[in-house]
Amino acid sequence: MEKQYETVIGLEVHVELATKTKIFCGCSTAFGGAPNTHTCPVCTGMPGSLPVLNKQVLEYAVAVGLATNCDITKYCKFDRKNYFYPDNPQNYQISQLYLPVCRNGKVEIETEAGKKFIGIHEIHMEEDAGKLVHDEWEDCSLVDFNRSGVPLIEIVSEPDMRSAKEVIAYLEKLRMTIQYLGASDCKMQEGSMRADVNLSVREVGAKEFGTRTEMKNLNSFKAIARAIEGERERQIDLLESGEKVIQETRRWDDNKGESYAMRSKEDAQDYRYFPDPDLVPIVLSDEFLDEIRAKQPEFREEKMVRYKEEFDIPDYDIEIITGTKHMTDIFEAAVALGAQPKKVSNWLMGETLRLLKENDMEPEDIRFSPENLAKLIALTDSKSINGSVAKEVFEEMFKNDVDPEKYVEEKGLKTVNDEGALRRTVEDVIANNPQSVEDYRNGKEKAIGFLVGQTMKAMKGKADPGMVNRILKELL
Amino acid sequence: MANIITDETIEYVGILAKLELSEEEKEQAKKDMGSMLDYIDKLGELDTAGVEPMSHVFPVNNVFREDVVTNGDDRENILKNAPEEKDGMFVVPRTFD
Repeated sequence: MEKQYETVIGLEVHVELATKTKIFCGCSTAFGGAPNTHTCPVCTGMPGSLPVLNKQVLEYAVAVGLATNCDITKYCKFDRKNYFYPDNPQNYQISQLYLPVCRNGKVEIETEAGKKFIGIHEIHMEEDAGKLVHDEWEDCSLVDFNRSGVPLIEIVSEPDMRSAKEVIAYLEKLRMTIQYLGASDCKMQEGSMRADVNLSVREVGAKEFGTRTEMKNLNSFKAIARAIEGERERQIDLLESGEKVIQETRRWDDNKGESYAMRSKEDAQDYRYFPDPDLVPIVLSDEFLDEIRAKQPEFREEKMVRYKEEFDIPDYDIEIITGTKHMTDIFEAAVALGAQPKKVSNWLMGETLRLLKENDMEPEDIRFSPENLAKLIALTDSKSINGSVAKEVFEEMFKNDVDPEKYVEEKGLKTVNDEGALRRTVEDVIANNPQSVEDYRNGKEKAIGFLVGQTMKAMKGKADPGMVNRILKELL
Repeated sequence: MANIITDETIEYVGILAKLELSEEEKEQAKKDMGSMLDYIDKLGELDTAGVEPMSHVFPVNNVFREDVVTNGDDRENILKNAPEEKDGMFVVPRTFD
């Protein structure tokens, strides 16, 4: 009988925190500045410079820890992780080894077999490294330290996941929790959330873990799923042919759909961690923890329950809208401005999702404001514009966040509510289309559609189709 | 000297510190490290059961800064520390992941 294998997966997730400044200095974390314009002696590792912890980093880390059911380490410290690499100017990274800020957490995920808990071993705070650019023309590399010192938390899971689906569910859960906290935007493509996958396989029923590999360079959920499938097969093939899995770090090439070894355990680095003497210990009081607890937002699960009670919108809509923090923000703000929840939801579920897909964008990239969405809904409610004009205005809003009131005014898109003018147009249309009029009178109901279309065309789309219909039927 | 540093150890420590030592320097480093470890062993004679490891001398905790940008663009000065610069960046030997 063929052997059955089980995949065992643990994750190391790095999340870039949404602070304004770096973890240990007052340099901006803004993305996209010219190289080295957000640097100072601290984040370029100049001798004698002294790091001071950004309080917001600690608050975010504790908030994430509380949201993931961790024990908070009330006496915690920073350690130096020593290694040489050109993107690491101090020749050590300030991180936490001995007393990480959060430990022993868990999050619940949905699996095909029901609910399941994924353990969180620890969450620690650390600094990001600079960026290496490889010079195409000369035999050298260039370093930009703008990212050096940007605050990260690393969330280390227990090896509790058994499939790519569980991994994705866990990552979605983390992403949603952290986004709701406002601690990070968690965009994988832009690197503000990065995951390393530790994976091993073992025969079903085995007690011991197999030898694991660590996979890096995974920058989308799809790449993670593919890398997990690929690595599982690679390890099973090795075992089936009587070979051994070597403990090593591998780099996933998503274009080729395969991984290759970066470095093996034999030349694994000896980081010689020791407490950083430049940073004093952190002592967290109960009051501080209570403050953070009091500031925790309404998370997705609670929101889903509340939406179901308060708003008359389908479960599916609730699931999609609460699936990203940005969507719930737009939804709630538009509703608060007086728009009917069902109508807000329809715009989000219909046109918004369609345009996001068409433009290959994520919900986080939505640019229109809830104010403008509420205005657009008010314009349709008052029948100032008709449905097709509303869609046209919405496309402009989606692109450039235009103010729909102004846009409608400027482009003259308001529905003509002057019944006399409309009546005259309908009369012209009837006079100019005797064939359709005859068809309709002979019982071809569909013919009226053509006449409505002709009237709308003559009115340049600015008529209320309901009114056109009524007048047509009356005159016919 | 109670602690004898082997050639392998001094070689390994040299690799970690990115130092190339001459044979003479290696012998000297072996002696220095051995006597340092002897000194550490002396501390080991003390009974430290129940004593928390100390990483800081002064009883100072919780030194924080607020999340406010205080540094502007100081690239020109920062790049003065670069052995060589190009396109506003530090030039380093070609490095791959």
